[in-house]
Amino acid sequence: MADEALFLLLHNEMVAGLYRAAEQGEGENGRCTTKLESMGFRVGQGLIERFTKDTARFKDELDIMKFICKDFWTTVFKKQIDNLRTNHQGIYVLQDNKFRLLTQMSAGKQYLEHAPKYLAFTCGLIRGGLSNLGIKSIVTAEVSSMPACE
Amino acid sequence: MSRQPGRKQENHKISRELFVLTYGALVAQLCKDYEKDEDVNTCLDRMGYGIGIRLIDDFLARSAVKKCRSYSETAEMIAQVAFKMYLGVTPSVSCSSAAGNEFSLILDKNPLVDFVEELPAERASLCYCNLLCGVIRGALEMVHLAAEVTFLQDRLKGDAVTEIGITFLRKAEDRKQKRN
Repeated sequence: MADEALFLLLHNEMVAGLYRAAEQGEGENGRCTTKLESMGFRVGQGLIERFTKDTARFKDELDIMKFICKDFWTTVFKKQIDNLRTNHQGIYVLQDNKFRLLTQMSAGKQYLEHAPKYLAFTCGLIRGGLSNLGIKSIVTAEVSSMPACE
Repeated sequence: MSRQPGRKQENHKISRELFVLTYGALVAQLCKDYEKDEDVNTCLDRMGYGIGIRLIDDFLARSAVKKCRSYSETAEMIAQVAFKMYLGVTPSVSCSSAAGNEFSLILDKNPLVDFVEELPAERASLCYCNLLCGVIRGALEMVHLAAEVTFLQDRLKGDAVTEIGITFLRKAEDRKQKRN
């Protein structure tokens, strides 16, 4: 309840801090995103372990994706994924119309280019969770209009 | 119906674990980036400061507490309301100076180190929870109370408890004069 404020602030500070350090150092933007993503990966692995301790075995990939969209997302972001699409060949698109980590930013075009920085950690989180459930994946994110993201 | 309370508590726990795990990943990343412990500590403190100056707004909005009239009331507020609200633990407060501007918060359970067994040997002077010091310092500064916050004892370094020391920098007499 109050914890999400803490997590949101910590996440924002992390992004800001890492990029600030990069500016003063070598100035490579790509590495910051990788660092954020790998942090998310570690957290995702640990979190999914603790989360699925008592739940039943998953039947298939779609079941796992549904779990991520509903229970996992609810616990982490207090809401469910708004839309899940798939081509049944291994590609899934999760759409969140009011992504928690972006709602604090103004909903115009002004900060659109900075939005991906804030999604890197969450991509890692999903990738880590899936990897511990036995699925190798690549997770990318796209923001077309704040605060929705896919 | 009977499952509901259990589920909510579990979700609460997971939420907190998310924060703790994220913090752990952050410290691990900083240790990779910086070789010296002091740099990591400074970085954590700075981040904590950034969080604290914003967290105070959230805290005041949620708790609707009245203005504190003394340093000891402030310290009690931090321990009993703020810590309880955000970390779920209540440290005990003790005043450690005659002037009434130095306090210690003693935590016998620190949720941030739930998943940490011990500090690695080459990081002996790392203050793992330095973020907390920055948060308290930032929050106090936004309510116009300058303070120095440090760790006096740390369980990860072998002490019995974790103790955070808060030293308010302006003397109590000055404050009384201002009010008059």
